[in-house]
Amino acid sequence: MLKSRHLLGIADLEADEIGLILETAEAMTEIAARPIKKVPALRGRTVVNLFFEPSTRTRTSFEVAEKRLSADTLSIAVAQSSVTKGETLLDTVRNLEAMAPDMIVMRHPSSGAPHLLARLCRSVIINAGDGMHEHPTQALLDAFTIREHKKRLDGLKIAIVGDLLHSRVLRSNVQLLNKMGAHVWACGPSTLMPPGLARFGVRPTTSIDKAVDGADVVMMLRIQHERMHGHFIPSTREYFTLFGLTPARVARAAPDVIIMHPGPMNRGVEIDSDVADGPYSVILEQVTNGVAVRMAVLYLLAGQEAEAD
Amino acid sequence: MSQVMDADRMARALTRISHEILERNRGTGELALVGIRTRGVPLARRIAHALRDINHEDVPTGALDITLYRDDLMRQPVGPQPVVRRTEIPFSIDERRILLVDDVLYTGRTIRAALDALIDFGRPRAIQLIVLVDRGHRELPIKADYVGKNLPTSIKQSVQVRLQEIDGDDEVLLTEPSPAEGA
Repeated sequence: MLKSRHLLGIADLEADEIGLILETAEAMTEIAARPIKKVPALRGRTVVNLFFEPSTRTRTSFEVAEKRLSADTLSIAVAQSSVTKGETLLDTVRNLEAMAPDMIVMRHPSSGAPHLLARLCRSVIINAGDGMHEHPTQALLDAFTIREHKKRLDGLKIAIVGDLLHSRVLRSNVQLLNKMGAHVWACGPSTLMPPGLARFGVRPTTSIDKAVDGADVVMMLRIQHERMHGHFIPSTREYFTLFGLTPARVARAAPDVIIMHPGPMNRGVEIDSDVADGPYSVILEQVTNGVAVRMAVLYLLAGQEAEAD
Repeated sequence: MSQVMDADRMARALTRISHEILERNRGTGELALVGIRTRGVPLARRIAHALRDINHEDVPTGALDITLYRDDLMRQPVGPQPVVRRTEIPFSIDERRILLVDDVLYTGRTIRAALDALIDFGRPRAIQLIVLVDRGHRELPIKADYVGKNLPTSIKQSVQVRLQEIDGDDEVLLTEPSPAEGA
């Protein structure tokens, strides 16, 4: 079972809990192939999806997962909510809680926002991405996808390439992959490299050729222009020349390499279209697997929602 | 603890059930076996094997996990969620006669969940229930069509089916409540 009642980050999970989530997700994948893609497990539960940042993939993925488990779902996009009228995060959530939801799935631009709610609210909190901190369900679905192809995580060479500084996907993935025994290389321009990366058990490099060399998995990250308040790269064309994933660079990786991207992709900036649509790409499988992994997380957390009073 | 069925008697019961299936359905056409996880699955495979030995025809066999359909899900106080395993029904159940297989029939709640789960896969022509042991104490109006052994029990006793594929040997045990549980 999971020890925490919330899913705030990979930091709180142990290897056996990650294994349980991945195995439960494995069982959930079959539901998508049924004529009736729905099971009654979360019947009568209410889940609020509260997104303070734009999101298509993650929000719809959670919504589909919730509906397949028969939960009642409510999605709040902040642009149409009273947050734009000056309400604080805590007030927004307390008002939502007055309507007695069971779980809140939240994305927020501030790192640590879901941790604040977990301390102060009654509902089960699932972090769907907080600032530059964590995006645990993304790391879990990435691990699930890798395991489907490689049958294991331990001992694999995994190269994560791109905007490392602003990436919560990197932070969650590094922790998860380390816990599961993979060797992680992180590659990006020095301006986009967080300080002290090596302390987290990562091999940092500014050479994509070194990072990709013999890699079993190459995970590309998007240049996050919206989080850049300053000049980090001279131009997207120069960035593509130095760090873009091209067919020639893919050829340096292991012959059975898989290419991943959490989306949204910027074709011609971090990844060549031929690679994104090529035979090694598992980018759309990641999206499919995201639903099963989120079903697993929702199911496992739903059992421990009523905190013992 | 006492043994109420050994390997020989279990094998004979499954062979008898296989003959009854053929008699009642006049052959294996349109039949499919679905075992309820965990121990219904190897039992379903054994019956498929026996049916092939007698009738020389393969009967498609699947595995059903009913965890997500349980009526006690989310009802217990805080505790771990039951482990979900994979459902594998690699054939259409539409218009087939489905033979649902479980090891022990007790309250009937597992079978209720299994019926709900099966219906989500299509519209079978009929569903028949096979159990190795019927121990009584039904809480729902459910009855087995084929029974390996009727075993009168008290509610405090527990029935344990052990199978070669999972437990290393074939037997059915009837266990008295331990003093610790009774206290």
